[in-house]
Amino acid sequence: MQHSPAGGVVTAGRSDVESSVAPSAPVLEIDNLHVHFVTSHGTVRAVEGVTYSVYPGEMVAIVGESGSGKSVSALAVMRLLPPQSSRIVAGSIKFEGKSLLDLDDESMRQVRGRSISMIFQEPMTSLNPVLTIGLQIKEPLLIHMGMSEAEADERAIELLTLVGITDPANRLVQYPHQLSGGMRQRVMIAIGLACNPKLLIADEPTTALDVTIQAQILELMKDLSRRLGIAVIIITHNLGIVARYADRVNVMYAARIVESGTAERVFGRPLHPYARGLLSAVPRLDRGRAVKLATIDGSPPNLLNPPEGCRFRPRCRFAIDECMKVPAFREIEEGHFAACHRTPEIETLADADAARPEGHAGLVADDASAVLDIKGASKFFPVGGGFLRGPAKLVRAVNDVSLTVRKGETLGLVGESGCGKSTLGRLVLRLEDPTAGEILFDGVDLAQMKRSEMIAIRKKMQVIFQDPYSSLNPRMTVGQIIGEPMYVHSILPNDKIDDRVAELLQLVGLFPYMALRYPHELSGGQRQRVGIARALAVNPEVIVCDEAVSALDVSIQGQVINLLEDLQQKLGLTYLFIAHDLAVVRHISTRVAVMYLGRIVELSDSAELFANPKHPYTQALLAAAPIPDPVIERSRPRKIITGELPSPLNPPSGCVFHPRCPLATEDCKKAVPAQRELGPGHMVACIHA
Amino acid sequence: MADIAANDAFTEKIPKRTHPLVQFIRAQPLGFVGFLIVLLYFVLAVGAAWISPYHPEAVDFGAMLSAPSAEHLFGTDQYGRDVFSRLVYGSRTALAVGILSAIFGCTIGALVGATSGYFGGWVDNVIQRIVDIMLSFPIIVLAMVVVAVLGRNMIGGIDANLIVAIALPMVPKMARIARSSTLSIAQMPFIDAARAAGYSHARIVLRHIVPNIVAPYLIMLTAFIAQAILLEASLSFLGLGVTEPTPAWGLMLSGSSADFYQAAPWMILFPGLAITLAVFAFNLLGDSLRDWLDPKMKV
Repeated sequence: MQHSPAGGVVTAGRSDVESSVAPSAPVLEIDNLHVHFVTSHGTVRAVEGVTYSVYPGEMVAIVGESGSGKSVSALAVMRLLPPQSSRIVAGSIKFEGKSLLDLDDESMRQVRGRSISMIFQEPMTSLNPVLTIGLQIKEPLLIHMGMSEAEADERAIELLTLVGITDPANRLVQYPHQLSGGMRQRVMIAIGLACNPKLLIADEPTTALDVTIQAQILELMKDLSRRLGIAVIIITHNLGIVARYADRVNVMYAARIVESGTAERVFGRPLHPYARGLLSAVPRLDRGRAVKLATIDGSPPNLLNPPEGCRFRPRCRFAIDECMKVPAFREIEEGHFAACHRTPEIETLADADAARPEGHAGLVADDASAVLDIKGASKFFPVGGGFLRGPAKLVRAVNDVSLTVRKGETLGLVGESGCGKSTLGRLVLRLEDPTAGEILFDGVDLAQMKRSEMIAIRKKMQVIFQDPYSSLNPRMTVGQIIGEPMYVHSILPNDKIDDRVAELLQLVGLFPYMALRYPHELSGGQRQRVGIARALAVNPEVIVCDEAVSALDVSIQGQVINLLEDLQQKLGLTYLFIAHDLAVVRHISTRVAVMYLGRIVELSDSAELFANPKHPYTQALLAAAPIPDPVIERSRPRKIITGELPSPLNPPSGCVFHPRCPLATEDCKKAVPAQRELGPGHMVACIHA
Repeated sequence: MADIAANDAFTEKIPKRTHPLVQFIRAQPLGFVGFLIVLLYFVLAVGAAWISPYHPEAVDFGAMLSAPSAEHLFGTDQYGRDVFSRLVYGSRTALAVGILSAIFGCTIGALVGATSGYFGGWVDNVIQRIVDIMLSFPIIVLAMVVVAVLGRNMIGGIDANLIVAIALPMVPKMARIARSSTLSIAQMPFIDAARAAGYSHARIVLRHIVPNIVAPYLIMLTAFIAQAILLEASLSFLGLGVTEPTPAWGLMLSGSSADFYQAAPWMILFPGLAITLAVFAFNLLGDSLRDWLDPKMKV
């Protein structure tokens, strides 16, 4: 695994690119592109007047929320839009000077995969499960390059080495399911690079991956782009990734580009109110709880019936009458464009508006009583085995975890996928029965309780799930969903329930008439609010938030985080906040526990943990998580850990982190390190910390 | 709180709601056609005594095998019985046996399947092995065994045991389908949410899982009504179902009428059309109901 070296070199590389690239011809020029989708409900104007170009060796980011048209504009370049429903109604797309829209299908096929290749979000489904890795890498070589079988084999091994896959010759005969998610995404990149493309389009390439793997993949792409002079378009919603890796940024909102420029300019001096809003709405790793998130009100418009004039007008706090006219996309300073009528005055306006509400810095007293006390809890799942198949193997999802949650606090539980954080949440809710250990709620062990006894506890402890689509029963109205727990547990007389539902809807920022709606009639953010209202219906004391804001767009995510914080203040709730996003956890939590492979490796006060991480894994996680500020990113050292999460079926001996740990010694393999208290309330399970 | 209350919903208006029937006609015009045809059969079945010009069992040897005319709209059969009148009365048998047995079979099958899928483990194993055994018998054999063992049990002019016999083979088929739908629904977080809220197993199955398997239920139901009508005819042909002289479409198609189809094609043409149209109408209705009942399909 060769990763690009420290930050200083990267900075140099970036300025190299800028100076050497500027005079050369762009690889891709998109001019005034308009894409429409014809649906049974009318025409969706998915892309309107998008213009940008990409130069060799640079990384251009397209940032926007879901439905903003960022993927559609990229698919249009590949001419991969569904032919029945989509129309490119105006504009031109030029690749190396020739127009892609005028090519016939056969010539376009020659371009796809050969000169332009694409990497998709989901590495699990974008590889064919029944073909070997080798076959899939060699396919474009045999088709586009006319290589012989032997030449293709050689090139495939070369490509796998290039993308950092060890033992490439043996990997060629493996199937996708035998590789991890990160490995599969590397294979996708290898396929994308197979024919030496001039342009690589990566559509949310790391969204499905863990943060340490994300850093590995993006470093690789950046490095390849620079070394091989490939232009890269990266489509993402993650502002941190943009700040760390992109040379230039295009911000899209409701089918239009609202701002574009170099990363430094856009992040350093955002001109469009939407870009400003996004940057302040996203929780940051380098900011604590003290500041409340400044969110953008409302949600993105429906493109079937978009607002007149500036699309952002209904959500913009600086909107004036002139905004009813579509603002021109103008160059404000050199290389920095924005589409807003008020750009000249925007900074003065924003400063006047900057009175930011105070956050909930007030910490919970250390001696607050423990609501939840988890003592040595474990959960092992049997896998395989059965009659005539031998004994089952055990997945140690949660392994001897001890943790207390104090009344009124938010305990953040953070870790990568598969570390057992969600299973721990399910144990607390007793959706799973623990294999061993005790889970005390108000001093009573939940693990020993009968089903009937649990009902009383369930009223005190509720859950909010990640996916606002699947966590609400699609066959029930919002009113039924929120009212059901009150009805079942007879919390209120039946005739009072409707009133209480209306009250709860208002409490979570919705309107009482929405009780009659079905979940699919609401937006993602609204659905998540319904999920919160349902949890509040039984007046709980503790709420387990299982990735409660992870599936939401940035501007909506900020709103929901603020709502959760407000509710905590108002109702005195205690949260167990499970998430993989470190910045969100940092923002919302009073204390944070870091999990790795079923064990808690570090536990501390939030401020202390992020300022002074002790465990090498925590340090690695923090280093891998990007901060949406190119200036800070430039000065941060890049310490990216290699390797991937080992299988919980067969965890390493001793300290489970030792195979990836830079500090590992022989002693680490011998025994599981005990938790040691390094500072007040700062527990670390590492012998070297 | 103020900024939150003003959040993502503030631009929306309270929607107007039109009458559900109007919504249905607008969204599913074909389904409405199916509904009208089914309705027509119901009218025929209920009003048979007033609609049919002759008694369905009245023999008239003077008018044997006469072609369709003003007097006998669909002609007569080999005993001179009026085919139209027999068709009208036959819709009673067809609808009663077809619908009742399909509803009976599908509902039990859906509950069994949902239970099996929700609980999993040994409950699932036992139920699925029983289902395997039932599926290994040909439908007609299973139905014949039930009729032979239970005998006749006339309730309100309909043989209740015939309904049981026709419903029984449908139970394992529906159970299989309901189980596989349930397995995917049981994975959904809203089921976890229901468990976390402390609801009973019965409530989770009936309130949260069953409404979500309505789509496969309706498709199977309409297919089964058609199947049941045919199965009833087959059993009648074998002398185990409806017997002569009771009018039934299946009976009119099979038996001795086959000997006369060249001389009197109307004898089998009209019952055949009646069955085809009924099957067609139920399928149209079922398909559109499925789409319409899915809240995600509504806008």
